[in-house]
Amino acid sequence: MKSRMWLFIGPVSVLALVGAACGGQQGSSGGGGGGDLSGTIQVDGSSTVQPFAQAAAELFQEENPNVRITVGGAGTGDGFERFCRGETEIADASRAIEAEEQEACEKQDIETEQVPVANDGIAVVTNKQLQVDCMTTDELKKLFGPDAKATTYKDVNAKFPATPAKLFTPGEESGTFDFFTEEALETDAEQRTEGVQTSADDNQLVTGVSGTPGGIGYFGYSFFEQNRDKLNAVAIDGGEGCTPPSAETIQNGSYKPLGRQIFMYPSKKAMQRPEVAEFMRFTTENAPRIAEAAQIVPLTGEQVSEAERAVQGLSGRQ
Amino acid sequence: MSVAEAPVARAVVRGASSGARVREILFPAALLMCIAFAMLALVVLLVDVAVDGIPVLSADFLTRFPSQIFPERSGIQSALVGTLLLMAVCAVFIVPVGTATAIYLEEYADNNRWWNRLIEVNIQNLAAVPSIVYGILGLAFLVRGPLELGRVVLAGALTLGLLVLPVVIIVGREAIRAVPSSIREGSMALGATQWQTIWKQILPGALPGIATGVILALSRAIGETAPLIVVGAAAFARFNPNDLTNDPFSALPIQILAWVQDPQDEFRALAAGAILVLLFLLLLMNAGAIYLRNRFEQKW
Repeated sequence: MKSRMWLFIGPVSVLALVGAACGGQQGSSGGGGGGDLSGTIQVDGSSTVQPFAQAAAELFQEENPNVRITVGGAGTGDGFERFCRGETEIADASRAIEAEEQEACEKQDIETEQVPVANDGIAVVTNKQLQVDCMTTDELKKLFGPDAKATTYKDVNAKFPATPAKLFTPGEESGTFDFFTEEALETDAEQRTEGVQTSADDNQLVTGVSGTPGGIGYFGYSFFEQNRDKLNAVAIDGGEGCTPPSAETIQNGSYKPLGRQIFMYPSKKAMQRPEVAEFMRFTTENAPRIAEAAQIVPLTGEQVSEAERAVQGLSGRQ
Repeated sequence: MSVAEAPVARAVVRGASSGARVREILFPAALLMCIAFAMLALVVLLVDVAVDGIPVLSADFLTRFPSQIFPERSGIQSALVGTLLLMAVCAVFIVPVGTATAIYLEEYADNNRWWNRLIEVNIQNLAAVPSIVYGILGLAFLVRGPLELGRVVLAGALTLGLLVLPVVIIVGREAIRAVPSSIREGSMALGATQWQTIWKQILPGALPGIATGVILALSRAIGETAPLIVVGAAAFARFNPNDLTNDPFSALPIQILAWVQDPQDEFRALAAGAILVLLFLLLLMNAGAIYLRNRFEQKW
């Protein structure tokens, strides 16, 4: 009878040993690194910034293997909530901090400053054959909006051809979807559902739009750049004239409303720790290189210096 | 008279039997269709995952850390270690608490008292509470609030533990109930105290059943994603947690989710690979449960 006790103790201790062994192994292998910084940095927030933050963490850890960085993608709002409770050192955000969030932070004595890290833009793309060069946000709403009824481009604007419109877009789970529905359609994550093909795979969207006469869709600007030969980009008129998407128009803010900056908000208190200060310094200094690795639009030289100033201000080296 | 009536009666029987025969065939056919449909969906899913995932599986995949920049050099070490630690701590928590509760409810609790019935009804209900609710509970009471553990393995494991505790208790009670009362009465008749009876007779007899329950509970916990997201498991960590109470951690379901959301094909293949690893762990645990049941089950 006594041997039966091993039914419990056996599996549990095996699990524990395996876990401990793996944990221990990492500890020893981590010790041989070059940098002498150490510590844990937790980053959480926008899923749009997530690939950038992960690439930054990865490059930084190559030089500083003892600094342990985690990155989460809870969303900008939840990211700030955790940040303002002091649970994370850095909040990723795809928009500026809101007054309410700022207040929550101040209540906990958490000071922060906006550090731009990259630019993000959405390209609206069409089939090469289609003659639609520029659309206003109202026209986008008539085509993509939740109440949209347009079946041909002529329904959207009498000047457009009568070609039937075939829509290809990212799914609801994507940050691009959130951005597009919020900024272009001005809805709360809602777009037309009937007659729209969604895919989480941007490659399928490219195939769909380029292979269907009358195909139209949207996705991250950098992905359009890689497929420039197969697609036309539609210039967007956000009220100040037609602006085609390009690294430049996204960087200088004229590509409205589908271009934006993305940010990191480090806490001033955490920035007094050398590993956090160094991570932010590294991230801003190498922001263009990291953006390229994460496949998003990099900061301009000027924006980099602005970001560096913000980081210097926070780290208390005034 | 009986001669005249006999053919009529036979005709009635024959008429009924031809209709019944059709039904006799149709009913199992319908049942079979249902099974086939369920199995087909499962097979399609598994084949799809296997086709995507098998190419990335290798020893390196298990030992490397996730990489944003080089998907081809990505691995799941931190997620796998996080999941194993979660399961170990979770087991350490649910085995004593679950078993003790089951023993109390079966051996001590007086069913005529309203509070014992209340406890019972609540445990049944808790088993059906959506897992995200446990995640919020974990966030409010373990990560923040009174215990303030932070976003660490211990908090994650306790949250998962609370989530699956009702399963352990319910299965444990059934295992204890399966020990015949003749054993209890025999033990008592020989002068053993209730404690001695439980410890020496009932627990050993119920142990295979309880162990099966624990493993099944862990197989539910291992795939849970929602509570871990709420509790704050990291989607990206290039290190393993060194201890249970200070370090942030990642876990397999969270890593899978992060990769699935990435639009590039390479990451989707990695996600499929990680799903296969998770499925393998799950099958291993369920096989363990079946083995325990068959090997140690007692016939009274």
